[in-house]
Amino acid sequence: MSGYDDGPPWHLQESYTFDRHVISEIRRAANTGIYRIRGFGAKRPLPTLDDLVFLGASMSRYPLEGYREACGTDVVIGAERAERPVRLRIPVTIAGMSFGSLSAQAKEALGRGASAAGTSTTTGDGGMTQEERGHSETLVYQYLPSRYGMNPDDLRQADAIEVVVGQGAKPGGGGMLLGQKITERVGEMRTLPVGIDQRSACRHPDWTGPDDLEIKIQELREITDWRVPIYVKVGAARPYYDTALAVKAGADCVVVDGMQGGTAATQDVFIEHVGIPTIAAIPEAVRALQELDVHRGSVKLIAAGGIRSGADVAKALALGADAVSIGTAALIALGDNDPNLDAEYRALGSAAGAWEDYQDGTDPAGITTQDPALAARLDPVIGGRRLANYLQVLTLETQTLARANGKSHVHNLEPEDLAALTVEAAAMAGVPLAGTSWIPGHE
Amino acid sequence: MCGIAGLFLKNEALRPELGRLTSLMLHEMCGRGPDSAGFAVYGDGSPGTTKVTVLAEHSTPDWSVLTDRLADDLDADVRVRRIRDHAVFETEGDGDRARQWFLDNHPDLDVLSHGEQLEIYKGVGDPDMVALNYGLADRRGTHAIAHTRMATESAVTTNGSHPFATGPDTCLVHNGSLSNHNQLRRFLERHGETFQTENDTEVAAGFMAWRIREGDTLDLALKKALVELDGFYTFAIGIKDGFAILRDPIACKPAVIGETDDWVAMSSEYRALAQLPGVNDSEIWEPEPGQIYTWTLDAAQSGGGC
Amino acid sequence: MFDETHFDLAQQTVRQVNQALHGIGESADASARRFRVTNPKGAHAVAAGLTAPISITIEGSVGYYCAGMNQRAEVTVIGNAGTGLAENIMSGTVKVTGNATMSAGATGHGGLVVVEGNAGARCGISMKGVDIVVGGNVGHMSAFMAQAGNLVVLGDAGDDLGDSIYEANLFIRGKVASLGADAVEKELRYEHQQLLAGLLDRAGLAADAGDFRRYGSARKLYNFHIDDIDAEVAARAARGSVVDRVGGAT
Repeated sequence: MSGYDDGPPWHLQESYTFDRHVISEIRRAANTGIYRIRGFGAKRPLPTLDDLVFLGASMSRYPLEGYREACGTDVVIGAERAERPVRLRIPVTIAGMSFGSLSAQAKEALGRGASAAGTSTTTGDGGMTQEERGHSETLVYQYLPSRYGMNPDDLRQADAIEVVVGQGAKPGGGGMLLGQKITERVGEMRTLPVGIDQRSACRHPDWTGPDDLEIKIQELREITDWRVPIYVKVGAARPYYDTALAVKAGADCVVVDGMQGGTAATQDVFIEHVGIPTIAAIPEAVRALQELDVHRGSVKLIAAGGIRSGADVAKALALGADAVSIGTAALIALGDNDPNLDAEYRALGSAAGAWEDYQDGTDPAGITTQDPALAARLDPVIGGRRLANYLQVLTLETQTLARANGKSHVHNLEPEDLAALTVEAAAMAGVPLAGTSWIPGHE
Repeated sequence: MCGIAGLFLKNEALRPELGRLTSLMLHEMCGRGPDSAGFAVYGDGSPGTTKVTVLAEHSTPDWSVLTDRLADDLDADVRVRRIRDHAVFETEGDGDRARQWFLDNHPDLDVLSHGEQLEIYKGVGDPDMVALNYGLADRRGTHAIAHTRMATESAVTTNGSHPFATGPDTCLVHNGSLSNHNQLRRFLERHGETFQTENDTEVAAGFMAWRIREGDTLDLALKKALVELDGFYTFAIGIKDGFAILRDPIACKPAVIGETDDWVAMSSEYRALAQLPGVNDSEIWEPEPGQIYTWTLDAAQSGGGC
Repeated sequence: MFDETHFDLAQQTVRQVNQALHGIGESADASARRFRVTNPKGAHAVAAGLTAPISITIEGSVGYYCAGMNQRAEVTVIGNAGTGLAENIMSGTVKVTGNATMSAGATGHGGLVVVEGNAGARCGISMKGVDIVVGGNVGHMSAFMAQAGNLVVLGDAGDDLGDSIYEANLFIRGKVASLGADAVEKELRYEHQQLLAGLLDRAGLAADAGDFRRYGSARKLYNFHIDDIDAEVAARAARGSVVDRVGGAT
């Protein structure tokens, strides 16, 4: 018969508040006595950059010819203070993800792809592997509360240092890596016993607050002889104040990670209920940079958290970011949530398109696992090519949109190139509702 | 966030140097707090006289007219000393009444402090300039507290700068960030406090002012603060004859204390103390969390947590 | 007598001094390896990031992160030290004759840190293999999340010692105000006394190893405790037993 057979009998009503997902989670909690730990970013419906559109060319604004007329995409970070600034060919970077949460093959693939595209990768909460340093032309080294694997030799090998205050998935939370992924190699790098459930500290051990951060940044510069730029990464909590304070503490670049940002493992309540959406965070960070007169100048802004397409990249730049960072999207490009693996996902109790159990280390795609057999499934060279292709598409799409708005360089995109489709997006982005001049809350 | 410096001179011979030494300490704190600064000086007052320090940030009042009007109201002699946009009114008349007169009649002015010994000065901009503008280096006295500010969750304004007065001859500076100040502000507003900023330190000062008004000793008020205030803080509290220091139980914000026979000093960083004479022979230590340390003129000895 | 290079921080900047010290290569001979720094006056990051096996004495008190990330060098501070003394030290020795404030030896991977006076809060926080010996007391939250290495305290320890500790060993001679989560007293066996004696000797501090108590991890926080009532119920059903109402299953 037809689709009328699908679903429950018509007289039944499921609850909006206690829907199937909620019921399932309550039952799981009652069964296990522990919170749900999972990977991936926020999954519930949230305001995204989709609620913004570009205006494009018109009688008053003229487009550039695609392919013939240049649209620049390069970004330079730290030119004012560092001896060796970071130079990116494209305004998309690969976000911090640890070896440990990802396989060595995945880290290598990310390095290959990013290098081919002329951009950077970032180490994560676990230290730097030599494979990653070897395969990544530009490598940003994260400096985290846990300090796993932190050492000055790696610090000096890095092209930039990113001091992590928080990340979008869990502003205020530390790293987490469950026992099944703490192999001998991971354990050795992190100085942890094999098989334990690692829960990192959420605060740095030797500084708290921007006044002390300033002194810490000075120390990092001293240890690296002022050669490289220093980034400060925050989850989107109070982006206006956080950005201002990062600038005052001496950062060359601020990375603001919105609530849609992914993680390898943390509590579901953290992912879904802490932090504000990326669309709301970017304008606040930009406002702080403008007030301090460093916007598009001596302090760059990298926006992260749910960046998926060139449209997202271009909109983030139009709102004022200098570049974006991708994490989840990069993994998907490598092969995460591959529909061809659906049978294997289902055998694990999940499904292609819903796979989020990075924490278990059972990833059929070989990306978020330490199991040698699974990890071997990911060919780093192929993976690198896929990532490079994806980055190329992101860049081409960004250029297409920029040219359509008359820009010869993507950093000339501005909020006035945008309109909002919803009242919320207009208020959050500080962009007028389409067809009107109304920006709620900005009267 | 912020830098704090506090200096208490045991040795009378050093008292003409109070301002000079405090300004050296404040200079070392500029990095921690580039946005604005303030300081409180004690000493140089006389029993029976009240000083009221007032700030005219957005207006230029006729100070002599003001002085006359206040003198009329108090039915007592009033003298005024002007320093840029600050003015210090002195009277032997009813000091509390003088302060209230300003609050009632001059909403255009900010009353920064009142008391027998205390004067508070504050301003926006580079801390060294603030110290220079209000003549810190030339001040004499028994003790002083200074503060440099890096605003965290509220605006950079003179109002928002520390020290905040909490009662006669009492004031507070803060390094850190409270986490429940908004609900505490609403509670205190219901109990008679008024606030001018969104600043968490103003709430801490309001809490202390409320407790002292309700009859608590400083010590008891601080003990209650430990319970009621949530977040990270190092407080330095100035009182008429000394100062007190308190760190929250987690104690992540720095604090270092140094002591010699001639002085007791406190700061966020040792390099402020390094400016003081005899520092190489001083005893340097870090105060314990959740303990109230007090130094007063008659005791002239450190007091551990009471 | 060795020749000594003298740096005066009253005349030069920390940047200049550190740059010069970083420039010392492997091939420098012994006499070129002794250094003296005067007038630090609480400056930050003095002698941070050293890599060569030089010997350096700092006369006066230093600010934050003195000898941060130290490798192979021997650093002596004649005075006190601020926050994060020798943080992330990899090897070599850092010694302070006076007191150290917060986070001394934080997250150190190796080498030896000696504080002859007292260390403040969070001494040895997140330590990853460093040996720390303190002649006086340590403050609260010391050895918080301490992963590896040894902390030796001749005086007392403050509250919450060894909270969330992993595999580091803590040897305290005096009183412990309180133990943190998952920290317990352990038996001080012969091999520990040997280790302790060696550490005290290297630190140049005299004490009897037998007077110390050892503390370490109870290892109860190593893995999440995950219940599985469904599995239990299913197992009982599979065994054919009658489902027990007291057991809570339906």
